[in-house]
Formats: sequence, structure tokens, C-alpha cells
Amino acid sequence: MKRVLISGNEALALGAWCAGVRVGAAYPGTPSTEILEELSTHPDVYCEWSPNEKVALEVGIGSCLGGARSLVAMKHVGLNVAADPWMTLPYIGVNAGLVLVVADDPGMHSSQNEQDSRYYARMAKVPLLEPSDSQECFDMVSTAMELSERFDTPVLVRLETRISHSRTVIEYRDERQQVDLPYEKDAAKRVMIPGHARLRHPVVIARLEELEREAESFPFNAVEMRSSRVGIVTSGVCYQYAREAFPEASMLKLGFIYPLPRKIIREFASHFQRLYVVEELEPYLEEALKAMGIDVVGKSRIPRDGELDPTLVGESLAELIEMDTGVKHGGWSPPAPHTPFPVESELPGRPPVMCPGCPHRGLFYALNRNKAVVSSDIGCYTLSVLPPLAGIDCQVCMGASVGMALGLERAFASSEVNADKKGRVVCVLGDSTFIHGGITGLIDMVYNQTVSTIVILDNRTTAMTGFQDHPGTGRTLMGEDTHALDLVELCRAIGVESVRVVDPWELEEMETVLREEMESPHTSVVISSRACVLRERRSGVWYEVIEEECTGCKRCLRLGCPAIVMRGEKAEVQQDLCVGCSMCAQVCRPGALREVRAHD
Amino acid sequence: MTDVVLAGVGGQGNVLSARVLAEAALLMGYDVKTSEVHGMAQRGGSVVCMVRWGEKVHSPLIEVAKADFLLAFELLEGMRFLRYLGSGGTAIVNDYRLDPLPVLRGDATYPEGALETIRSFASRTIELDAREMAAQAGNARAVGSCLLGVLSLYLEFPHSVWEESIRDFVPSKAVEVNLKAFALGKKSVEEIS
Repeated sequence: MKRVLISGNEALALGAWCAGVRVGAAYPGTPSTEILEELSTHPDVYCEWSPNEKVALEVGIGSCLGGARSLVAMKHVGLNVAADPWMTLPYIGVNAGLVLVVADDPGMHSSQNEQDSRYYARMAKVPLLEPSDSQECFDMVSTAMELSERFDTPVLVRLETRISHSRTVIEYRDERQQVDLPYEKDAAKRVMIPGHARLRHPVVIARLEELEREAESFPFNAVEMRSSRVGIVTSGVCYQYAREAFPEASMLKLGFIYPLPRKIIREFASHFQRLYVVEELEPYLEEALKAMGIDVVGKSRIPRDGELDPTLVGESLAELIEMDTGVKHGGWSPPAPHTPFPVESELPGRPPVMCPGCPHRGLFYALNRNKAVVSSDIGCYTLSVLPPLAGIDCQVCMGASVGMALGLERAFASSEVNADKKGRVVCVLGDSTFIHGGITGLIDMVYNQTVSTIVILDNRTTAMTGFQDHPGTGRTLMGEDTHALDLVELCRAIGVESVRVVDPWELEEMETVLREEMESPHTSVVISSRACVLRERRSGVWYEVIEEECTGCKRCLRLGCPAIVMRGEKAEVQQDLCVGCSMCAQVCRPGALREVRAHD
Repeated sequence: MTDVVLAGVGGQGNVLSARVLAEAALLMGYDVKTSEVHGMAQRGGSVVCMVRWGEKVHSPLIEVAKADFLLAFELLEGMRFLRYLGSGGTAIVNDYRLDPLPVLRGDATYPEGALETIRSFASRTIELDAREMAAQAGNARAVGSCLLGVLSLYLEFPHSVWEESIRDFVPSKAVEVNLKAFALGKKSVEEIS
């Protein structure tokens, strides 16, 4: 047996390898990204970054039908993209096992919403499992694969940020199962024309009853009887929080989340006068228990939004549990300090910022100069919504920026009150995002003859999630060289008349090109082209302020570069942060910034 | 049970330090859990990691006012997560101020007396110029190893365990610098006491 300290994501990938998974597909997204990165370290597994989550799932469907155990991973919002195949997949079933891992992000550490993926299992009538630490992540993959094959269904495994990114100890045997199932044509089962689908839907419904029986004997449900006065039903990382906050409480930790093991729940509930449900986000378990006629305390005390932690769980339930037990909960009271205890809300925030030399900075500076109405996508560049650039008007999800720009433009074109906005709409999205979900929007723009400007921020990587390759980089997840998608040729093929490539470090040129394209009477594309500075770091060049020349006008601060600080009335460049992009020197009117080279 | 909070700014390396610390605890035979931040917050934002070890650990997140140690890579971030430090807790503080963007722009002010606040709240505060110390060791970015060096004085882990963990997780070309930074951090406190 090996004993290692690894994250839930790594454990899941390792479990997948041991379970004989031969195909893995994903689109990167925090907190799920490391699953495929880790799985791809095993050369006997075909792993790919798909262009988006829908394609990733479709690859997984194909490979499981083809007889290979398959793992597909995505973040919660990725499952929205993949929802179309997801909803019909249970009808056709699998051949070899197919597990979809979805990672929710309560607290939105790195996401645009905090939707609860558990409902996707119920909506698609697919079994849902939830691990509570890395060991369970590892163990559950092979269990999920067997379940998938026995019941001829995909299986959803739900993680949360604190499962994905917490490291806990696992013990395991480094052995790989061999699974290679024969492929046989079965069109009535796998071609979902209405006549076939009508026959399959009852099968899916009947399967749920069998799955519920299976849930009752699932090895990862655990009944832990301690106090006879306090009973808590919980799952996932919330189990750990509840254990921490109320070590004496009895617990029903559920591993099988859909369909629920109702007998076990009823039996557990029968022991307690008051039953608690500790769960993050939606009252999923709470509503299910209430539908069974079991009264529980849940979201009336525990927040429905944001991330839980042991302190919050303890504080939320302490009052009632004290009444149940007559014992005071060990809450915290800070010792009387000599100075006021710092309250987090009173401290200046430290929001993430674009790096010194980030090419996105130049683009947004130029967009501001052109007073653009900016429809943005999701990536590092979304950080320019914050001051001083404050350069984004709207943003929803990946790929949405293009269609939204089209809609804005059409609304302005027929408006009197917004007439001044006409022609000012610019859509910005990253190279990876454009491929993920922006291409169809651009086709719409050209097809429906919209006068908008699309800027593709081509930094040649998927930066925000940690520099993953994509179809435009010329490299695969397996580390092979491949064809690099040519964005210029693609846009031309779509029918964009004007496609211009500009270096965003050249502020004046960027400003001019944007102005010209915003004024032009057709759809145009500007490719803001420069590699991410974290990928191609420059050294030995930086800028410094000539003190006598600096008038303290703070114009350079408008760039929002973290390398520039004010020291009294003068600006100063922090040499160890500066990468020598020169943008500050370009905006400085008195010419107080000069380039320095290490060998000078 | 031992609970350590590592608070800093994205890019300062506290995720790596948390891994080194957690691995050392694992090598000692403990049950260990950690919590890390990935993704957006790493772009120069506030980053906190938690490391816990003992016979059996449940939550990967530490309860407020329960931590034994706070490793502050930066003063403001030390203040931000000070509430996690329990009574009797030790703060190991890099005496270094890194202004966040709202302060750089003049929209907010950096709190006065950050170090005094930490000092008054913690039972024991160890201050060091870890940046300078790391630079002496050969790379100003090895701040985390200096702080771990100080922490090592309060833990029972033998040096060989620390060394093994640093060798396992620090990129090979930076191992020697980090071992040196670790030793300098440790020595700086030994000299005082």
C-alpha cells in the first residue's frame, strides 16, 4: 500500500487510472482543472482538452460506447454547456463505464455563479455520488464505473472546491484494472429518434427504482451513532465541517445522493427529536427529507449562499443544539486585545489584478480611450472591470460576449435615447474562449450583417486556469505537437472582411485600429496578439522614473499596473515587478519614464 | 492537533510552503489535511492556505480562533486572517508591506500599526525581514522557507524531515536556496532567544 497526501482532484484521477479508464476529456475550469492534468500523466490513458465541455462529454459518450471506461470532468457551469448531450445520454446508456465529474464552487472563488449541480442528476435521472475526502474520491471512481456498467447509466460524481483543492491522505494499491468491452451495434437503444426514445424513457425511470435499492447498500453511506440527542444528515465536505463543529453529534453521511437511500434516512431520523441537515448551497437534501415527511432544520439556520466552514456551521446551529443537549457549544470569543481586533471588512481589499506587462492592459486602455461599450467574456481580462480601467459593461458566461454585443448593437441602432452608443459596441474574448463558445456568435454577426467589432485577446494559452493548451496553441494535453488553429484564416472564412492583428503593447496603434474598426460599417475582428507575460517572461528590461521629470500627474496609474506606486508626489516603478512592457512610458506626457537594461 | 494558517499575496509562494509543511507532517506519520486556493485569486489577490495535522483530522478548514500558528507572508494579509489565531497562538510575520491596488490608487489606506495589532493579539510574535533574508540565501522569493525555518523551532519535526520535504516539492534548481533560507530563518530566532 502507498500512502500519499493528495488533492481530491489528483485522487480522482489516480482512481480513474486504477479503474482502467482509457479515455479522459475535459475543458479546463477551476476547481476541476487538475483532474485531467493529473490523468494525462499516465501515458496509457488518452487524454484531451476538448474545445468545450459539450464536446468533452460527447467524446466520453463515444468512447464508453466503444468499450473503454471513460472519465469526463468539468466545473459546474461547464455542465450547462454539456447539458444537451447530458439529458439524452441516460436514454442510450453506456457500454463500458462513463463517469462525469463536476466540481461546484460554493463561495465563487473563481466562478460567475454558485449553482448546485446536484439538481442535474435529478433532472437527467442519473445516479449521483459525493465523496467527502481524497480517499473517497479515489475509491468512488471504481465503484462509480461498476455502477455505470451494471445499471447501464452514466454516473455523476460531484465535488466542491474544498474537496477538489484540499489535500488529504490516501492509501492505495498501484494496480490498474483492464477493461475492454466489445462493441455491438444496437440502433434501437442508441439512436434517439422519437420512436426509440419513447421506449427508452420508461427504462430510465425503472432504472431509478433499482438504483435506489443499490443506494441502500452503498458502502460510502455511513451511520455514525454518538449522541442520542443530536442527529445530522450531511454529505461531502460538509460532513467534515459538521464533525469538526459538533464532534459528539450522530451523523448520517450520505455518499449516494441521488436517488437517496430513503430507508437508511428514515431509520436514522427515527432516533432524534430534532434532525439537522448540513449542506452547502441549495436545500437539496432538506427538500428531499421534507418530501419524505421528515421535519428537519437546515436552511432556516444555515446560509443558502456562499461557502460554509466549520465556524459557520457551528455558529448557525449552536443555539438549537445547546437546547437539545443542555451543553454550551464551544464557540469562540476573542481574548480582549490591546488594540481593536481587525475586522476583515474594514481592511482594504486585495482583489486579484492583471500582472505587470499583461497584454490585456493595453487593449483595455485603448478601449477606454475610444469610449467603447464593452461586452466581455470570461478570463483574466475580466479583471479589467475593476478600477482604474473599469472597462467592462457586461459579462455572463463563456462565449456570451459575442451574441450580447450583437444584441446591444441592434438595440442601440433602433434607439433614440441611446443613439450615442451606436457603433461603440465592442466584444472582447480570449483565444480559448473564442474557440469554446464564440465562433458561432461571430458567424451570426456576419450572417446577420451586424456592425460590431470583436476583439480576440490572443495570449496563446488558457491563462486563468493555469496555462492549458487549446486548439490554437499547436500542442495537445498529451504533449504532442499538432495543427494550430489560425484565427485570422478562420475569421476570414466566416466572412469577416476586416481582420487586423495588433500588438496590445503598442497603445497608439491599438487605439487607432479600434477607432477605425468601430467606425467601419461591417463586422470586424481585431486580434490583440501577444503571449501571456507569465508564459514568456522577459527579464533584464525594466522602466524607472526620472524623478526630476515626474510631475506627479498620476496618468500612469490609469493603467492599473501593480508595479507602479506613488512615493509621495512622484511615481515609482518597482523594479522586481516590472517586465519592461513600456506602456507606462507611452502614456507619460512629460516623458519621465525611461527604459533600463540590465547590461547598461 | 496542530493548525497552521499561511496568509499572503498570490505569487508569494505560500501554496508551495503549505505543501512543504504538510508533507513534513505526513512524513512524521500524522493524518494531514490542507486547503489551498487556486484560480483567479492567485493573480496578486489575497491567498490563504491552511495545514492541519494530528491523529485524525476532519475539516480541511480551520475554525476561527483555533489556529496554533499564523505565518504572515505580508502584514495586511496577516491582519486579515488574524482572527483564525487561537489564544496562545504564535504569529510568525514577514515584516513586509505590499500595497494592494486600492491603496496604490489612493482609494483606501493601508492600516496603520499592522505589526502592533498582530503583536497585541498573538501570544507570541516572531518578526523577521524574510525578504532580505531570502535574498541573502540567493533568491528574494524564498520567503516561505524562511518562515518555515522559524516555525520549525516550535515543532518536533527533525531536520531530515524538513529537508526531505523541501527536496520533494521545491523545483530542483531552487532547492539549495530554499534550504539555506530555511536555515537562515531558523538561525535568526535561535540567535535572539
